[in-house]
Amino acid sequence: MPDRSPGISLTVNGARITVAPGTTVAAAVAIAGAATRTSVSGEPRGPLCGMGICFECRVTIDGMPHQRSCQILCAPGIAVMTGAAAAQTPLEATQTP
Amino acid sequence: MSQRFDILVVGAGPAGMAAAASAAEAGRSVGLLDDNPAAGGQIWRSGGHLPAQAGAWLARLETARVTRLQGWRVVDSPKPGVVRAERNAAFGTKSGSSDICAEFSYTSLILATGARERFLPFPGWTLPNVMGAGALDAMVRGGMPIQGKRVIIAGTGPLLLAVAAHLAKRGASVLVVCEQAPLGRLARFGARVLREPAKLWQGAGYRLAIGSARFRTSCWPVAAHGEDRLRAVTLRRGARQWTLDCDYLACGFHLVPNTELPALLGCRIEEGFVATDALMRTSVNRVWCAGEPTGVGGVDLSLLEGQIAGLAAASRNQQAQALASRRPARLGFVRALRDACELDPQLRTLAAAETIVCRCEDVRYSTLQQRAGWREAKLHTRCGMGPCQGRICGSSAEFLFGWKADSVRPPVFPARVASLTAMPPEPAPAQTHGELASTLPHDAKETA
Repeated sequence: MPDRSPGISLTVNGARITVAPGTTVAAAVAIAGAATRTSVSGEPRGPLCGMGICFECRVTIDGMPHQRSCQILCAPGIAVMTGAAAAQTPLEATQTP
Repeated sequence: MSQRFDILVVGAGPAGMAAAASAAEAGRSVGLLDDNPAAGGQIWRSGGHLPAQAGAWLARLETARVTRLQGWRVVDSPKPGVVRAERNAAFGTKSGSSDICAEFSYTSLILATGARERFLPFPGWTLPNVMGAGALDAMVRGGMPIQGKRVIIAGTGPLLLAVAAHLAKRGASVLVVCEQAPLGRLARFGARVLREPAKLWQGAGYRLAIGSARFRTSCWPVAAHGEDRLRAVTLRRGARQWTLDCDYLACGFHLVPNTELPALLGCRIEEGFVATDALMRTSVNRVWCAGEPTGVGGVDLSLLEGQIAGLAAASRNQQAQALASRRPARLGFVRALRDACELDPQLRTLAAAETIVCRCEDVRYSTLQQRAGWREAKLHTRCGMGPCQGRICGSSAEFLFGWKADSVRPPVFPARVASLTAMPPEPAPAQTHGELASTLPHDAKETA
């Protein structure tokens, strides 16, 4: 690879993307074109404060919910699920024999 | 897990870095605990250009063998002399919840918890890609592509021009910078800070750096438009109103201090800020506070206060006194900045009846309007009861309705039940360098 530092590969809602080292999970979600969470009345939301205060950037990482994606750097192989997709996962799982 | 230090510093922005380095250079064992992936706070966030000053302080932390605890957030203080913290990015740990929660005990504590942006609700402000000014800068530094994106920057305060300059440098198309303050007041602010040429020069530099972008005073957003994400913003200046297509709206109305942890520990808060004496001592024994929580005054004042607090906490009172004598002259800038950023009363009319004020619980303006105060609003509408615990809507509600927030209760950040009930083992002996840091996964470690 011409780049000195190899990219970090992860999935966002099942789709594989590669980001540069030092990329936050919130930035990766933005690159993937997803909103981070769905509000209590069903609105899509994205990061607001960018510094871990507002909790709008919460996502599920490797099955652990409510992770503030703006304060966490991407690590190789992590699976990120955003609000809408995270909510759908259990339902899909029950439909699969 | 638990660890003990002579001096624990919470917050690794300029004030916390200066405090930690100064205390460690005086021979104390120092832990520097911070919520972010890397030291520097918001103003010196990694992932882009950093001033030489930032590198110099990072080097001092290293040389003085300060134990760096990045990616930890304090959730509680179970007893005096101890804080309990949870680790971010704990999803990678396979060894269970004991790695997620830790206690840090100390003889002296220095709080350098910084500030956050003030947000004001207007129709559409909850759309994805509407965020704070510092927030967009942080997202870009965190790897979000901005090249060629159309950006509108709005709100109030010197941060707007700093963000505009940085984003323009990164290839963003900054369409306009809208400052709510009138030109006359900004000119007065400029005249007042003339005595500090470095600051004025910095402002002029930003003005040049944003190039062709327009700088509008007495101007603010009245609506953000879009379905699933932001598509356009309507701006108003006086009687004129116009709409611009854009990709991001970066909008922050100056800063509010993060006083939740100081308040939890019992530090006296005066007019929204942590009260200290000349040596940055709070009303609580052996607890110091430095930087924006004591008054929003920018990097230089934060560094000065951090050094004073660090030296005083390390009982180097003579050195601390010498630095403290320089502080009163700089407090004029705090007042000048506060006056310059005073919000236009018309901004109270931006929210429509159906505009969401509390984003965590989706509480709308019309619902809150019927309430008499913050506590009643919380009890009846769940405003301020979500995960941010009122950190965002609290300062909005204060401006919109004149409500003052209640007392702070633990946990100061949402925490796992296990973290609040777990009893970590007794603290290990004091340590002077990074043993704990070496146990962290690579992504939680400092990458200076």
